[in-house]
Amino acid sequence: MTKKVLVLGEVREGSLRNVTFEAIAAGSKIADGGEVVGLLVGDSVNDLAQELVAYGASRVITVEHPHLKNYTSDGYSQAILAVVEQESPEAIVFGHTSLGKDLSPKIASRLQSGLVSDVTDIEGSGDDTVFIRPIYSGKAFEKVKIKDGVIFATIRPNNIAPLEKDGSRTGEVSSVSVDITNLRTIIKEVVRKSTEGVDLSEAKVVVAGGRGVKSEEGFEPLKELANLLGGAVGASRGACDAEYCDYSLQIGQTGKVVTPDLYIAAGISGAIQHMAGMSNSKVIVAINKDPEANIFKVADYGIVGDLFEVVPMLIEEFKALKVNA
Amino acid sequence: MNIFVLVKRTFDTEEKIVVSGGKIQEDGAEFIINPYDEYAIEEAIQKRDALGGKVTVVTIGGEDAEKQLRTALAMGADEAVLINTEDDLDELDQYSSAYILSEYLKDKEADLILAGNVAIDGGSGQVGPRLADLLGINYVTTVTSLEIDGTNVKIVRDIEGDSEVLETSLPLLVTAQQGLNEPRYPSLPGIMKAKKKPLEELELDDLDIDEDDVEVKVETVEIYLPPQKAAGRVLEGDLSAQVKELVNLLHSEAKVI
Repeated sequence: MTKKVLVLGEVREGSLRNVTFEAIAAGSKIADGGEVVGLLVGDSVNDLAQELVAYGASRVITVEHPHLKNYTSDGYSQAILAVVEQESPEAIVFGHTSLGKDLSPKIASRLQSGLVSDVTDIEGSGDDTVFIRPIYSGKAFEKVKIKDGVIFATIRPNNIAPLEKDGSRTGEVSSVSVDITNLRTIIKEVVRKSTEGVDLSEAKVVVAGGRGVKSEEGFEPLKELANLLGGAVGASRGACDAEYCDYSLQIGQTGKVVTPDLYIAAGISGAIQHMAGMSNSKVIVAINKDPEANIFKVADYGIVGDLFEVVPMLIEEFKALKVNA
Repeated sequence: MNIFVLVKRTFDTEEKIVVSGGKIQEDGAEFIINPYDEYAIEEAIQKRDALGGKVTVVTIGGEDAEKQLRTALAMGADEAVLINTEDDLDELDQYSSAYILSEYLKDKEADLILAGNVAIDGGSGQVGPRLADLLGINYVTTVTSLEIDGTNVKIVRDIEGDSEVLETSLPLLVTAQQGLNEPRYPSLPGIMKAKKKPLEELELDDLDIDEDDVEVKVETVEIYLPPQKAAGRVLEGDLSAQVKELVNLLHSEAKVI
């Protein structure tokens, strides 16, 4: 049976995040021919609505309010629950982002529904939708179904391919007016720390450093390589514990789990906890002085050598490739 | 300050996962306190020491979880509660776990509830926010700094690498992110003391919970291991030739650049 699916779009610094388009694709699969309703929440989001249609939303609802400028679970849940009440969707999809992780359990609690978090793939559609998600940080996977009630899932960025963008698609854009009150959290400030605005969890390329990087300055060549490839910098726990970098960069069983197209591990030995966070990357490159390092067991390509020699050479080669391309 | 900490017993991060008969094999595995919950316990102890009050650690599980509760008591928590569902329930999900915890906590007048932001086994991160919603209190997730002054709370939280600074008030539920503090190891005197600290065991009946109220909303239909990755190629030759070859392979063979 077809399903009416509500998909929450996510805006970062005035643009829609990629995960929004991936969530629409996931929503379309669950919908099985049913309607995919895009939802945008914020203080000024109407201008972005058409882009959701271009990526496959049947129509779009916006909720604008000055109190929705910053994300708060109170504000956003009031907006979303008002739309849920109006639309009665049979399925809901969010991105498994900072916002999605924080908000989705509250919405699920209000709807007294199940929620499948951090989905990396979807099998079947409609009533037979089965979600695939990593457990034990990717050491195993499970297939999960919602038994009854609203089908609600958050999808991990970078795993479900978006639909082809088609600017000629048309869909109605309507707005819902919601009174946003009683915010219990006041956002004072957001301090940006991420590398060049590329989010680690959404990055197509991750260049990660371990203890072998030796110092905070040692991360500089990795940053240069990441920036050159439009990627983000990550780190092993060893590098974070040694204070070469911020814990927000940590990849592993504690820390972030990433699945980029290309993962370059420099000076990382490959502890089992680190591997849990990156071993499902599409292509893994390992650079390590120790030929016996564990990381070579999961690497597609390995170079045995000093990262401080190899990384600068890689930067030059990639630059040459870009010039020739 | 009446402080509660939600704790989960999880596989040690060193453990390899073995699936047999469609289930994760637990025999012989080492278990630990979920690492993110350790930050929550540490923060609770620090806040109690600074502001006074009591720290109660709570878990849902079977008899085996007593070990993790004793560890939390040895770190410095005052009391522990094991909500033992072993005999009553075959399965739990985030919905039912949050419901059980809310039934326990609803008349406890908690000022502050702490939990890890995610458990490293199931990895959903739902129970904290769901519980806060059921209790009607505010919550803040992935917290890296927590300052309490009276009922005013100032928080820094990690949002995908960036930091958000916010203000809110008690009562509150927060989930801990790495970087919040440095969890202590239990000291030997702590371990000795922990043996005498109160550990209360409750069952669903004690909380007036009917089994129908905790029917799970999601079901796992299959558990499997990811396909084994074949070991890749370690390149050979002099370093600059290797680098050239690598870039070429990434571009032409793997097609990721």
